[in-house]
Amino acid sequence: MSHVMKRVATAFALAMALVFCAQAAFAQATLKAVQDRGQLVCGANGTLAGFGMPDPQGNWTGFDVDLCRAIAAAIFNDTTKVKYVPLTAANRFTALQSGEIDVLSRNTTWTMSRDTTLGVDFAAVSYYDGQGFMVRKSLKVNSALELNGASVCVQQGTTTELNLADYFRSNHMDLKSVTFATADEAVKAYDTSRCDSYTTDSSGLYAERLRLTDPSANIVLPEIISKEPLSPAVRQGDDAWEDLVRWVHYAMINAEEMGVNQNNVDDMMKSDNPDIRRLLGVEGQFGQGLGLTNDWAYRIIKKVGNYGESFERNIGQGSPLKIARGLNALWTKGGLQYGLPIR
Amino acid sequence: MTTTAIASSSRATRRFGNIALQIGLVLVVAGLVYAAADNAARNLQAAHIASGFGFWNNTAGFDISQTLIDYSSSTSTFGRAFWVGLLNTLLVAGTGIVLATALGFAIGLARLSRNWLVSRLAGCYVELIRNVPLLLQLLFWYNAVLKALPELHGSVTFPGGALLNNRGLFVPRPQFAASSPYVTMTLLVAAAAVVVLRLWARRRQERTGEQVPVLWIALGLLLGLPLAFIFLTDVPIRFDYPALGRFNVLGGIEILPEFAALLLALTIYTAAFIAEAVRAGVLSVAHGQTEAAQALGLRPSTTLRLIVVPQAMRVIIPPLTGQYLNLTKNSSLAVAIGYPDLVQVFAGSVLNITGQAVEVIAITMAVYLVISLVTSALMNLYGYAIAVGER
Repeated sequence: MSHVMKRVATAFALAMALVFCAQAAFAQATLKAVQDRGQLVCGANGTLAGFGMPDPQGNWTGFDVDLCRAIAAAIFNDTTKVKYVPLTAANRFTALQSGEIDVLSRNTTWTMSRDTTLGVDFAAVSYYDGQGFMVRKSLKVNSALELNGASVCVQQGTTTELNLADYFRSNHMDLKSVTFATADEAVKAYDTSRCDSYTTDSSGLYAERLRLTDPSANIVLPEIISKEPLSPAVRQGDDAWEDLVRWVHYAMINAEEMGVNQNNVDDMMKSDNPDIRRLLGVEGQFGQGLGLTNDWAYRIIKKVGNYGESFERNIGQGSPLKIARGLNALWTKGGLQYGLPIR
Repeated sequence: MTTTAIASSSRATRRFGNIALQIGLVLVVAGLVYAAADNAARNLQAAHIASGFGFWNNTAGFDISQTLIDYSSSTSTFGRAFWVGLLNTLLVAGTGIVLATALGFAIGLARLSRNWLVSRLAGCYVELIRNVPLLLQLLFWYNAVLKALPELHGSVTFPGGALLNNRGLFVPRPQFAASSPYVTMTLLVAAAAVVVLRLWARRRQERTGEQVPVLWIALGLLLGLPLAFIFLTDVPIRFDYPALGRFNVLGGIEILPEFAALLLALTIYTAAFIAEAVRAGVLSVAHGQTEAAQALGLRPSTTLRLIVVPQAMRVIIPPLTGQYLNLTKNSSLAVAIGYPDLVQVFAGSVLNITGQAVEVIAITMAVYLVISLVTSALMNLYGYAIAVGER
């Protein structure tokens, strides 16, 4: 199976690069490399509906994919100049470390150990998530605390795998975990009743449920057992590139806060509001600080839309997933998404 | 100087040159290895990636579905997880080697059978199995096994208390009370008796030509002695019977469907190659040998066992060793179906949690290398032991 080979190959490539490349062979200037290449290389999920998956025509869509499209819009003014590399949970960091991808935008939890020991940096929390459990309705389970002795299918190399063991242990419950290399295999095993429950981030549960033989025969339990702040990640040591990814995200949040969207962005160029004028590059030189043109955020909003539009289109009410904004609502609406000031 | 002195001095120079060249080569290789390791360490540091082997004693924190040694996600270390994974690899590889050898020999001999149907069937087996990629076969067996098995509450119950469902096969676990060391001891006594019996039987045959049915007596001893002990001393043997729980089967010995599927796939696949090695080996024994055995009045089965196979083994051993190595290495495909072997646990979970790809991959490769070298060495020893002295 290609992913097994791919994982070993990626790890091996990293090992080879580290062993044989002269020091500082890892280019510092990712932006320059991306511009010279004429293409952004984006590490994406590949199988998670709503977050990152190619549609039947081969066009990549999803909430995480939109961030890569937004970066491409900011750099090239063209959302199609992105090459997507589908990654599993297990090989994603290796792909980033080895330089195979420029940015990892693949529902990845920002944790301290990943931030401090993997040689990667996280740019900004794009989605506040938490781990949940899915079970078949026929089991008549209403709470995760009733899962004592249950078999749980889980994807390996995830925070999920660790939280699962923690949760069962701290609640004095017996766990029979069955660990798979990819979410695909874990979900398939759950669907064939190999496990009583499937666990992953709750956003993922809603997405994966759609792929089951009979989605309506399965429910997501109410417990959220962990904090999963999902964030795009870049290689550590290229601060300018990290800034760029971070501000692409905040530009989309700010646009939603200011009511700037894909439809009205051209009209908004004439706005008197100084915040909007700075965001859209009518005033100030903010794009230059990122190594881009000053209309960088205008391009993002014009081509991809603001944070709310991307959310609703991919995973919210405009999608089959119908995930509520919840923690991901703007701070002005009781959520946690807070646009840092462009000034 | 005489000509011989010149010749010997030039030979000495040549030998010295040879040795110097070899030392130089070793130094160059060692230097390269050192430079590569040093370079890797510095690059890791420059990329802010943690390095070194300090992670080995950190708490693992994840659960493993099959553990042959004590393991708990809360207290065990990454090092412990490594051993769990390694033992799972050795378990499936060891069992697979035994079963594949048995099946391979049977198929290989069947293919040489004079019975048209038997030999064709064996031929079909070999051609079908060895021409389909192992990974596909593995996925087929895993999905076929899982799909075909009933769900928990429709479990198949076997006489004796074993349960079969899509969570695995559960067999009663015998629990010997305090006297279990004595049962083990009677087993050891029986084993010693078998060795003595075999030596005595051989000597007797050499002296008188009469044969003793060693196999049957040995089986009787090995089974009978402990059983007799148990009944005579009235040891209470209890069985821990598997029982249906709310979600899973509780108790008993659990055989995971992942293990069964992997074992099945490895056995069936490798047996096809072993069958061909066996066929080649048997065909390499000159027909005159069989005719000579028949002329001496040996039965066909005895001819095969005493005349043909021992000579064929000389030809069979090298390719057989290769197949054992292949089976062991192929067991790493476990990762595709979630069997917790070394690659799945160590090069999967541990690698991803620690992020130390270089160290983890290096250790994993070294382990497979060691397993392969040990297997080869053992097979070579066996090969020397059964080699027929050339006349």
